[in-house]
Amino acid sequence: MSYIIDRRLNAKKKSTVNRQRFLRRYRKHIKRAVEEAVNQRSIREIEQGGQVTIPNHDISEPVFHHGDGGQRQRIYPGNKEYMEGDEFRRPQGGGGGGSGKGKASNQGEGMDEFTFNINQEEFLDFLFEGLELPYMVKKKLRDATQTETRRAGFTTSGSPEKLHIVRSLRAAHARRIALSGKDRRQVRELKKELWKLEDAPSNPENAKLRELLRAEIEALEKKIRKLPFIDDFDLKFTNLVRVPVPSSKAVMFCVMDVSGSMTQAIKDMAKRFFILLYLFLTRNYKQIEVVFIRHHTHAKEVDEEEFFYSRETGGTIVSSALTLSGDVIRDRYPAGDWNIYVAQASDGDNWDGDSDACRQILINKVLPHVQYYAYVEITTGPHQNLWLEYERVREAYPETFAMHQIEEAADIYPVFRKLFARKMEGAA
Amino acid sequence: MTSRPAKKKAPLSTDSEWTFELIEAYDKEIARLAKGFRLDTYPNQIEIITSEQMMDAYSSIGMPLNYNHWSFGKQFVETEQRYKRGQMGLAYEIVINSNPSIAYLMEENTMTMQALVIAHACYGHNSFFKGNYLFKTWTDASAIIDYLVFAKKYIADCEERYGAEAVEELLDSCHALMNYGVNRYKRPQPRTAEEERQRQRDREEYIQRHLNDLWNTIPQKEEQETARVSRFPKDPEENILYFIEKNAPLLEPWQREVVRIVRKISQYFYPQKQTQVMNEGWACFWHYNLLYGLYDEGLVTDGFMMEFLHSHSSVVYQPPFDSPYFSGINPYTLGYHMMQDIRRICEHPTDEDREWFPQLAGTDWLDAVHYAMENFKDESFIQQYLSPALIRELKLFEIYDDAESPTLKVSAIHNEAGYQRIREDLSAQYNLGNREPNIQVYNVDVRGDRSLTLRHYMYNNQPLGESSEEVLRHLHRLWGFDVHLESVKSDDTVCAQYHCPPREILETL
Repeated sequence: MSYIIDRRLNAKKKSTVNRQRFLRRYRKHIKRAVEEAVNQRSIREIEQGGQVTIPNHDISEPVFHHGDGGQRQRIYPGNKEYMEGDEFRRPQGGGGGGSGKGKASNQGEGMDEFTFNINQEEFLDFLFEGLELPYMVKKKLRDATQTETRRAGFTTSGSPEKLHIVRSLRAAHARRIALSGKDRRQVRELKKELWKLEDAPSNPENAKLRELLRAEIEALEKKIRKLPFIDDFDLKFTNLVRVPVPSSKAVMFCVMDVSGSMTQAIKDMAKRFFILLYLFLTRNYKQIEVVFIRHHTHAKEVDEEEFFYSRETGGTIVSSALTLSGDVIRDRYPAGDWNIYVAQASDGDNWDGDSDACRQILINKVLPHVQYYAYVEITTGPHQNLWLEYERVREAYPETFAMHQIEEAADIYPVFRKLFARKMEGAA
Repeated sequence: MTSRPAKKKAPLSTDSEWTFELIEAYDKEIARLAKGFRLDTYPNQIEIITSEQMMDAYSSIGMPLNYNHWSFGKQFVETEQRYKRGQMGLAYEIVINSNPSIAYLMEENTMTMQALVIAHACYGHNSFFKGNYLFKTWTDASAIIDYLVFAKKYIADCEERYGAEAVEELLDSCHALMNYGVNRYKRPQPRTAEEERQRQRDREEYIQRHLNDLWNTIPQKEEQETARVSRFPKDPEENILYFIEKNAPLLEPWQREVVRIVRKISQYFYPQKQTQVMNEGWACFWHYNLLYGLYDEGLVTDGFMMEFLHSHSSVVYQPPFDSPYFSGINPYTLGYHMMQDIRRICEHPTDEDREWFPQLAGTDWLDAVHYAMENFKDESFIQQYLSPALIRELKLFEIYDDAESPTLKVSAIHNEAGYQRIREDLSAQYNLGNREPNIQVYNVDVRGDRSLTLRHYMYNNQPLGESSEEVLRHLHRLWGFDVHLESVKSDDTVCAQYHCPPREILETL
C-alpha cells in the first residue's frame, strides 16, 4: 500500500535557520571577504552578492580518524598490468596510497577551500554590520510631522468595525460562567440526588420526590438559559492610537570638486564613497533623494552622469558648492521633513582666501540643518588650508561633522566604517 | 528477458512526462511484481518534492526534520553551491527508514526515473530496512520520526532557556564524538521479571545501608583499600557518549539529554553505515529485476528501457583505480554485482562455483538472495559471497602499503592465489571497527584529579589523524576535567599520548 503525496508546495527554505547559523559562525571570514570585495570590485557591482571563501581547515568538523602511517591493505578495482609481488614507488599527492579514507581526497582535486555565495542582502548586512547613522535620536520626535496608527490593546467602546469578535465572545463566555456558577452547582447536586433516587427501588413516595426534583432542575436550567448570550458589557474593541514617527525621507548631497587637479582615479574613489553612503542610507530610509553638486570655481547642480563623467577644468572655490547646498536645502528640503546628509569629496585644493568663507558658510547655513556631514579628502600630500579650517568646524560641531583622509582605494571602506561606527554612548 | 509471455499488455505510458495517476499505476504494477519476489516492505509514503526541498533534505542528514545546527547549514551551502555550478547532480531519491517508509521523488525526474526510484527505494531499500537483522535489532522504524520531533523541540527549548551559543557548543562537542556514540556489539536485552525483582531488592538494600546508622558504625574492611586501585569503568567502554552522559561529573541534566539525543541518532544511523554495499546492491538488484519484469510484460516501452539502462549503468559504473573519477570502490557496483552473482551461481553454476559455494549452486536463487539480505552486514556479506568470478570481472587487486617502506607492493591480484586474500581484506575494509580508530574509555582517576583516560587500540600500527587534538578539546569540554588519550600497540605498549589541556613538554618526554 502506497500513499502518494505532493509536497512541492510545502515550505521550502527549511535550511534557512541552519544557513544563518553557519554564516553567523563564520562571520569573521565573511566580513573579510566582503571587505576585499568592496575594495576590488568595480563600482557598478559593488552591491551585488558575493563569493566567500573559507579555508577548509577552519571549517572542518574534527573527528577521530586514522592518520598516515602504519600498514594498510587496500583493494582497488580495474587492474591492468600489475602482477603479484610488483613493487613501485608511492605516488605523490596521496592519489594511490591511502585515498578513499580521508574525506578531502574523496571530493576530487584541490578542494582546499570552501567557497559559497551570499546574496545581495546578506552582503550588505555584512558590509554595514555594526554601523549606524549617527545622532538619529535627536531628530526623532522633535521634528516629527508624520504619524502612524499602531495597535494598543483593547477598549470597551469603539466603532463597530473595530469590534474584536474573539475577545468579545470570550468575555461573554466568562460572564455566563461567572453568573451561572451557583445555579449550575445546584443543578449538579440535584441531579446527583435524582440519580440516587432512580437507582433506589421505586415506590410512590420516591416517585413524587423525583418529580419534585425534576421540576426544580428544570426551573434552574431555565434560569441559566435566560442569561443573555452576549451583553453590551462583553463587547471589546481593538484600540488604535496614533503615534508620531520620525521622518523616513532622506536626501543625500554629493558634493565633489571637479577642478583640474581631480583626476579620474580620484573621482572614482569619491564615487565609491558616495555609493557606499547611498547604499547605507537606503537601508535606513524608505525614500531617498540624491542631489549632485559639482564645483570648480563656481558650483552647479547636475545629474549623476554629468557629475561623475563630464570633464572640466579650472580653479577651485569650495565655498561656491557650500552656498549652493545651503540654498537647495533652504528651498527644497525643509529640515523638519527631511533627514539631510552631505558627503563632500575633494583633493584638498582650495583657493587660499576661500577656506575661511567655507567655514563660515558651513557653520551658519549648512550644519544647523543637516544630520551628518562627512568630508573625505582624497590625497597623498600634506593637508592644506581647507583641512585646517574644517578642523575648526569639527571642533564646533563634533557630533554632526566628520572628516577623514583617504589615500588609496583600499582606505575607502575602513574610513567609511570609521565615520559611521556605532557610538557606544547614547547620542542624545 | 529470456522468455517473453506471448500475450503482451499495453504500455503504461509512452511519454516521459509523469503524472500522479501514472505514478500510482507504476507503483501498483511494481508492487505486484515485488510481491511475487516476496519483497516484504513497510507501507510506502511517496512524496514529490522540488530540487530545493531535496537540498533541504540533503542537509539535514536526509531526515524530514532535525534540530538546528550550523553544520547542517554548511552542508546546505555546499550542496547548493555545487548543484548550481553543475558539479553535482542531486540524488534521484532519498528514502527514510521509518514506518511508513518515506521516499522523496524529485519533480524534475522523467517518468522512467520516477519508476526507477520507486522500484529502487520503495521496494528495494524499504524491504532491506524491514528485513535485515541489523535494522531489526538496532532501529525502531516506527519511532524515529516521533523521536526527531521530540529532539528538535527539546533542543529548541534548550536554546531558548540556556542560549543558542551554549547549545551549539555542546552539539559541536557531541558531533565530534558522534561516531563513538554507538553500542557496536551489545544491545541491552529487556529485563526479565526475575532480574527486575533482583534490582529492586538491591536498591532497597542500598537505601537501608545508607539510612541505617547501624551499618555505618561497622568498621570498614581492609580490602576496600585495594579495591580502589581497580579501574573505573571496570571494563573499557566503547560508547564514549554514553559514558559521558552517565558519568560526566559537571553536566547539567539538560546537557545529558542533548548528549543522549545525539547518541540515539548516531545509533539509528549505525546500521546504515554498516550495510551500505548490501543496501545499495539490494536496491539496484531489485530495480533492475522489477523494471525488467515490467518490460517482459510489455508494460513499458523500449524507449523507457533505454533511458533506464542508461541511468542504471552509470549508477553501477566502477571507474578503475587510475581514473580521475576514482574515489574508492563504488558500493553500488560491488553490491549490485554481488547480488546478481548470487543469482548466477544459483541458476548457472560453473565448476568453480560448485567448489566455492556448494551451498548455493543449483538452489533457488530467490531463497538465496533473501537469506543473504536478511542475515549479513557488508563485512560478513563480502566474506561469505564475493566469488572468484566477480573478483576477475572487477579486476580487483590489493596494494600493501607500509609507511616504513618506500614502495608499495601488489600483494594479491585476481588469480587463484589471490582470491581468498582479496576476499578477506576487502571484507576487513568494510569492517567499521577497522575503518574508524578503536578508542575506548579506559579509566577515570576517581580518587585523584578526576582525569579521564582513553585508549586507542591501534589497528595495523595506524596512528591517529591530525584532528585528534581538536576532538580531545571537545571531549574535555564535556568531561570538565583533564582528558588523556593513549595509543596502544597490539603488545600493550603505549606509543603516543595526547592530552587536553596540553601537558608541559617535559612530561610527555
